[in-house]
Amino acid sequence: MPFRRFVETGRIALIADGPQKGKLASIVDIIDQTRVLIDGPGSNVPRQQVRLNQLHLTKFRVKFPYTASTRIVRKAWKEAKINEKWSDSMWAKKLEAKEKRAALSDFDRFKLRRARSMRNKIRSQAFFSIRKASSRNGALYGKKKMAKGGDKPKVKKGGKAEKTAAKKK
Amino acid sequence: MAPTEPKPATGDKKPDEKKPKIGKPRNYDLGNGIYRFSRTRVYHKKALYKFVGKKVAATKKPVKALTAVKPIGGEKNGEKRVVLLKKRRNYYPTEDKISKRPAKKCFKQHKRSLRTSIKPGTILILLAGPHKGKRVVFLKQLYSGLLLITGPFKINACPLRRISQRYVIGTQTRIDISGVKIPDTIDDTYFRRERKKRAKKEEGDIFSTKKESYKVSDQRKADQKIVDKEIIGAIKKNPERKLLYAYLATMFGLRSSQYPHRMKF
Repeated sequence: MPFRRFVETGRIALIADGPQKGKLASIVDIIDQTRVLIDGPGSNVPRQQVRLNQLHLTKFRVKFPYTASTRIVRKAWKEAKINEKWSDSMWAKKLEAKEKRAALSDFDRFKLRRARSMRNKIRSQAFFSIRKASSRNGALYGKKKMAKGGDKPKVKKGGKAEKTAAKKK
Repeated sequence: MAPTEPKPATGDKKPDEKKPKIGKPRNYDLGNGIYRFSRTRVYHKKALYKFVGKKVAATKKPVKALTAVKPIGGEKNGEKRVVLLKKRRNYYPTEDKISKRPAKKCFKQHKRSLRTSIKPGTILILLAGPHKGKRVVFLKQLYSGLLLITGPFKINACPLRRISQRYVIGTQTRIDISGVKIPDTIDDTYFRRERKKRAKKEEGDIFSTKKESYKVSDQRKADQKIVDKEIIGAIKKNPERKLLYAYLATMFGLRSSQYPHRMKF
């Protein structure tokens, strides 16, 4: 698969390290193989040089000539609606979730665990009832092997059918 | 990371150049022993060329007399005597004075500090002792500096106990126990280990006496009941009482990729 994200003028990148960590900025110029000039007028990042290994490239790109002034970068940023697009992206949402998870207190973690186990209980109950119903009406194992009492079919070779059913979920 | 350049150590503070004070040298240290003005500069600034080859007669101060000659009456006394104008000390101690040293700080004089995360009503996670892993309620700090805690006993079987704050993680969760009254009898002496007197020699075999195992006294049981009732009453006032109940009842534990130094409590 070819590369899709390049270090180029107008590429929006997430600053992964340093004092501006976690903010978006756009590449304005390339200084050399390891450093670029960035500017983030839409995210309060002053114009500065940054090492490329501190940047994570995003899929977004805005158009402006290289070494454009902050005013032009700001205009392009606004027109491309980078801030909205970023906050809608999966990446940003995952970052947000990660942050939230890290900020949980011990009691919050306990509550989350409880809620999860509750949800899983409801889900597995629903699954079992569906499996039971479908094994009885022959939708799961065929009409010949229809289970009468429980949800297990009358299998002579062993419980292979059971395993495949569990895997489906 | 790029290596940072070593900064030159800043030396003495520069004297205010706006308000030159009399008696302060105009020359100052720039740091590393280098001075602002060179020797020749100073030579010209001070106009030292004016004084080259000139000799100034040193002013002589009149020397004060240390002794005085006094006439002495009587025939065989030599008529006069040299006397010191300033009297010598009349007492020279033979031993050094015993100076008072500051008294050694006793344990009772130590300052008792409490971690800021721990306040009355905070839920703590115990890290040591037979109840480690339990989540308990912190009641107050005792005179010895130890923390007074309770499970409550009814919820997680942790009785009224003392524990050092070193062996505890303070969580952000708090119960409002401002209205809770703890019996005044519960203090450090309350928790002291009881020492039983040794049986006297004359009575029976030494080997036949058995060690008595620890039994909870009725007093403690009664106190536990009182405190439990108060604390559970405080928990019930909390809007999340049901979850809190379950929270206190469950043990703390770490899952995979959970690091306590990176977690918030």
